[in-house]
Amino acid sequence: MEAAVKTTKHNKFEGKANHLATPLLRTERMPHIWCPGCGIGTSVNCFAAAIEKSKIPTDKLVVVSGIGCTGRVAGYTRLDSFHTTHGRAIPFATGLALANPDLNVVVYSGDGDLSAIGGNHLIHAARRNVNLTVICVNNFIYGMTGGQVGPTTPERARASTAPYGSYEQAFNLPKLVETCGAVYVARWTTAHVRQLARAMGEAMKKKGFSFVEVISPCPTLYARLNRLGDGLDMMKFFRDNSETRNQAPTYELDIALQGKIVVGKFVDRDAPTYLQKMNAHLSNVLGERFTRWGEPTSDGEEAY
Amino acid sequence: MLQSADAKGVLAGEHYLDGDWACAEGALAAGCRFVAGYPITPSTEVVERFSRRIPTVGGVFIQMEDEIASSICLQGAVWAGYKAMTVTSGPGFSLMMEHIGLAVMTEAPCVFVNVQRGGPSTGLPTQPGQADVMQARWGSHGDYELIAVSPNSPQEAFDLTILAFNLAEEYRVPAVVLLDECVGHMFEKVVIPKPENIEIFARRYTQQPKDGYKPYEVEFDGWIPGMVKAGEGYNFHITGLTHDEKGYPAMNAQTQEVLVRRLVDKIRLNADKIVRYDEIQLEDAEVVVIAYGITSRVAHAAVAAARAKGVKVGMLRPLVIWPFPETRVRELAQRVKGFLVVELNYGQIFFEVERIVAGQAQVRLLGHGGGTVHEPEAVLDEILRVAGA
Amino acid sequence: MSPSAEPPAATKKKKPAVKKKPKGVRLVIDAELCKGCGFCVEFCPTDALALSAEFNRKGYHPPVVTEEDCIYCEVCELICPEFSIFCVDENEVPPGNGGGKSGTEGG
Repeated sequence: MEAAVKTTKHNKFEGKANHLATPLLRTERMPHIWCPGCGIGTSVNCFAAAIEKSKIPTDKLVVVSGIGCTGRVAGYTRLDSFHTTHGRAIPFATGLALANPDLNVVVYSGDGDLSAIGGNHLIHAARRNVNLTVICVNNFIYGMTGGQVGPTTPERARASTAPYGSYEQAFNLPKLVETCGAVYVARWTTAHVRQLARAMGEAMKKKGFSFVEVISPCPTLYARLNRLGDGLDMMKFFRDNSETRNQAPTYELDIALQGKIVVGKFVDRDAPTYLQKMNAHLSNVLGERFTRWGEPTSDGEEAY
Repeated sequence: MLQSADAKGVLAGEHYLDGDWACAEGALAAGCRFVAGYPITPSTEVVERFSRRIPTVGGVFIQMEDEIASSICLQGAVWAGYKAMTVTSGPGFSLMMEHIGLAVMTEAPCVFVNVQRGGPSTGLPTQPGQADVMQARWGSHGDYELIAVSPNSPQEAFDLTILAFNLAEEYRVPAVVLLDECVGHMFEKVVIPKPENIEIFARRYTQQPKDGYKPYEVEFDGWIPGMVKAGEGYNFHITGLTHDEKGYPAMNAQTQEVLVRRLVDKIRLNADKIVRYDEIQLEDAEVVVIAYGITSRVAHAAVAAARAKGVKVGMLRPLVIWPFPETRVRELAQRVKGFLVVELNYGQIFFEVERIVAGQAQVRLLGHGGGTVHEPEAVLDEILRVAGA
Repeated sequence: MSPSAEPPAATKKKKPAVKKKPKGVRLVIDAELCKGCGFCVEFCPTDALALSAEFNRKGYHPPVVTEEDCIYCEVCELICPEFSIFCVDENEVPPGNGGGKSGTEGG
């Protein structure tokens, strides 16, 4: 909870005449299509706050989404944004990031899009440590198509294609991406707005493959099919049943149906990116004949 | 917007290359600096060559985890401002269909190479086929048109790959290079001209100001929107959903009619400008052989043999196979006795010719399922049959 | 969520109202964008918000604020999925009330 106002002059209010997300939004397309009590809009606020706070130049910021409710984020952000095919935001983003290393590429998509149909791409981009930020909104279900079971649906939870409850083990996404090679892994819920905004900012500034899992309510499908109340009830649950354990081992991050949710920053390490390795290795092997790819940044850093 | 090729990618001189390697060289000469691929026989040599050459030319090759990833990764590079390509064969081509549709819908200029092999399914990985021709045209879901070229030699694999890149840029469409295993693995002399003698169609970027920019407003030739690239502050949105000029999803019948009709018509109504074909002894022909790719080499020999016997036969060989040279075939149908379509499949272009000829002349097929190339004698026999009938 | 006549009973301690407020700062609620989810009410640290008994055009109950309890922490602004509640600094509001920062509307 935020402390009381400290002084009479507040930088956070300077020149502010609108919602903090307004500069980021295609306001002419509002209202958005997300349900009352859906957490995706909340995550977009955190994204806006992260961009503002970290001073990331928005000209170079690109959002790539897949298909699904979270996939609609690309269409609402006033940036160069791409609404691609189901599961394939990550390879598209890889093409952007490698072709122009100056771009700051963010993949913003849902749990089904990224870990089911997109699973193969998720693991390889993490393995390669491609310089991407992946924001995965996990609402434990396939929302847009009417509430089907997905790889993150907890065991025993119901879904339209698991009407008697799921009997599949669910993915532990932080563990998955850490195992594959991600250099930054964090999980927060939409009830943890400040921590989430900070994590998104860190992830976007991080060199390499960063992954932020956002646990979010789905009132219309997941909550309703599992009799968990509405979006607000899920948010209260997140607030009251989350445990912050930074640097917790990722194998302890499984989420059971209505179980405890461990949140925090679990991985934050340094490793050369795909592009750095490509340039270093080919330079080593080919010497003078090699043409490096990617211009150094304005502060002299090699392209990553 | 024609310009000379970038010398860095042009291996000017005389070479002894197979079709796959020549295709890679054609891409480099065309200015392609990004390839995302996945190995599949008999196309692998294209990416092997590209991966060996690109570090000294300057660019990126990435072997992706599958063809689905490859077929969309290259499109990310396109929107970052680069000419990009992927390479595959039948089974991979099937996997890429959704993303060919994405390239059509978003109007992303790019090249897909399919070195055809025997099918269906795993089929004959190391042997030629020509049974993906219809798939190249109709394989993705929905209404669309695209451009496909059909080289019949390593030299043409070089030349027509450049043409594919050029037409892709001009019409903002995915262009398919339909090789076959025989041309792909055949070694012949390939002459690569000096860069100033290679014509490249440069990407046409938008002339609009950033403020109020509409990515799908028509700017060129009455059909084509200006291109844009990420990172310049245009804040554009691209989606595979049916969209309006602003690029925003607008899922209704009116927008569908405006958008998809233009996607179809920009090719269909410009077909006569896009088609390219070779004519051999058609002036007085009574029988027209239609063949493409490796089969056209065999057919050419058969046509010469038939002429030696006094048969008035000629050959029409499409170089651009989609759109198909419909106007020319329709013209010929009015005066010839018959057409013989020779292809390495059980009938694909045959049905297209039959449709166009509309009963004005006979249309016969000499096709088989791939694996081996036709024998010239078999083609000659069929020519004589058509001529005699 | 039904409108509340008074703050929820004893679920959390209300922080004492702040005596010294920054001048010209106030909370803006765009009632028509609200979908009545109740996040802002629940997560306000000083219970300054409650859902009103009024309806907006879509039939939702937008929140109302007790300004003297509001500490402008911006949690409601961050948590609102509809971008419909936020703090503004009236000293800096540009003419036309809605330009925001670098973003533009329309186009």
